[in-house]
Amino acid sequence: MKSFLKYREIWLLAGIVVLIGLISTRFPGFADPANLRQVFNDTSILMILALGQMVVILTRSIDLSMASNLCFTGMVVAMLNAAHPAIPIPVLIVIALAIGLALGAINGFLVWRLNIPSIVVTLGTLTIYRGATFVVSGGAWVNADQMSPDFINFQRAAFLGLPVLSWIAIIVIALFFMVMTRTQIGRSVHAIGVNPTASVYAGIDVGRTKFIVFCISGMIGGLAGYLWISRYVIASVEVANGYELNIIAACVIGGISIAGGIGSVGGAVLGALFLGIISNALPVINISPFWQMAISGSAIILAVVLNARGERRQGRIILRKAEAA
Amino acid sequence: MTDTPAPRRIPDRLDKPLSSAIFSWEALLVIIAILIFAVNSFASPYFLDPWSLSDLTFNFTEKGLIALAMALLIISGEIDLSVAAIVALASTMMGMAVQAGAGTPVLVAIGVVVGLGCGAFNGLLVTRLGLPSIVVTIGTMSLFRGIAFIILGDQAYKGYPESFAFFGQGYVWWVFSFELALFLVAALIYWFVLHRTSFGRRVFAIGNNPVACQFSGVRVARIKFILFCLTGLMSGIASVLITSRLGSTRPSIAQGYELEAITMVVLGGVSILGGAGSILGVVLAAFIMGLVTFGLGLLNVPGIVMSIFIGLLLIIVIALPIVWRRLREGRFA
Repeated sequence: MKSFLKYREIWLLAGIVVLIGLISTRFPGFADPANLRQVFNDTSILMILALGQMVVILTRSIDLSMASNLCFTGMVVAMLNAAHPAIPIPVLIVIALAIGLALGAINGFLVWRLNIPSIVVTLGTLTIYRGATFVVSGGAWVNADQMSPDFINFQRAAFLGLPVLSWIAIIVIALFFMVMTRTQIGRSVHAIGVNPTASVYAGIDVGRTKFIVFCISGMIGGLAGYLWISRYVIASVEVANGYELNIIAACVIGGISIAGGIGSVGGAVLGALFLGIISNALPVINISPFWQMAISGSAIILAVVLNARGERRQGRIILRKAEAA
Repeated sequence: MTDTPAPRRIPDRLDKPLSSAIFSWEALLVIIAILIFAVNSFASPYFLDPWSLSDLTFNFTEKGLIALAMALLIISGEIDLSVAAIVALASTMMGMAVQAGAGTPVLVAIGVVVGLGCGAFNGLLVTRLGLPSIVVTIGTMSLFRGIAFIILGDQAYKGYPESFAFFGQGYVWWVFSFELALFLVAALIYWFVLHRTSFGRRVFAIGNNPVACQFSGVRVARIKFILFCLTGLMSGIASVLITSRLGSTRPSIAQGYELEAITMVVLGGVSILGGAGSILGVVLAAFIMGLVTFGLGLLNVPGIVMSIFIGLLLIIVIALPIVWRRLREGRFA
């Protein structure tokens, strides 16, 4: 039991249950399974994105360009759909994955081959990808009436009681769980985050692994691009502006250490759910949505404070007494 | 065995050959700035007008002020993503004070003090609790701007006093705006502090090896705390300038400034990993970003497309020296 309580995810899960309980006292219908399914569906895109970001953060890197990638890919897919409504949706999803992969590969290449810190690379591509969205669209929007019904309804179709969007999220979660716990690349990602130097001596190609994680986060960004546009049925340059920090916030709340090496699929999913529950609950318990930002900010700070205990890795201070004098 | 070795003079700084000065980062930035300047003056007949050039400076002075303090913070190995949110919160507080009938001196004091307070809050979280600054400031970024949203919602504060407009719209002499003058004075102060004082030396040392600094008797936590306070203070000052220039406050004010300020710092040659950089580089980078955005603006290029150029500039300027070095070593793969 004691080792069970060691896991951060358990505490986060408990926190989420308490949160749902508190909300239920104000709005009894919230804990209703139908409503919780709705919350899960609403949070699906954030969960997927958080998983992509998690893999990057685990290797001591960061991908600030995910939201811009989402915006660009979503715009291209929406324009394709508007111009050629006959293209089947699975093909569009493959195209979205491919575009996202290409954008992620650019990030990965710069990090891998030129050794530029990832925060600098993705800070640059963050503005470049969003600017590129403006260039391809000419600043125009793609509206709901320009999209084909299939494009909009694909993710809303119910399958075994859940919308397709939720199933996509579940499949992505399962895939990430398999990759992170059962494959060599998952092990390498963790190892690089814990100790990059030792990883090199253990025969792990650190640069190539970083390239791969950026490809993964890019593909996720592309996939989320299609899902986002077909969910909110508008493609514009402003889509998901500033959302990259929400994605990182979900990871941080989920206990993923920004210093790399610590984090799990469950944590990222729960972190995203935590944010999703708050944003879903505020309107129904009559708190102005303007409170959401401050609440998630406080949640992030609280999460870091709680997670920071036990992961200090700084030099020991041997002369504490002398220092105090 | 009796003769003691003559006391050796240990130089303050290493002798640098002239070539290293020519190929330095700052020289690269100067060349880029001159190129952009030349291209701009050919591309638009309106560019080489003193008043145009004066307008140009408004593009970067506010972000530049923040970037000066951010440079020190990044050199010390930390980062502050909450600066734009501090601007928003300080501006909101000034707006509240205006509704209560405060005069210009009180407004300025409120802006600066709120900025300082927010910076101190970041500093406390990072140094007292030993938390990673990137995460802490992502959190406080949401928190500070969130408070501004709670107070203002979809409203806006207006009605700033007439005399308050000077800070963002006034001119000190001829075409030299108050904002530009303040930026140059601040740059001079930061240059002196970073490159000519022991405090500045410690900032570099902390960025290179905080643990060794701790054991060498440098008060790492205290210096980092001061740097966070300084960054908050500069954000507060920037908030006064922006609020005065716009004459109104919305909670979305200065959105995205944090990434632009960091871009300036990195473009200026400050290592994002800490331990290296110069104020001159940051000032040059601020000018370059102002030149690019203003020049493209004269050519009717939309702001979002300009951001492509800024992003490309950032990556290319960082990548160029690396590619160049690899090419010379003949092992570029």
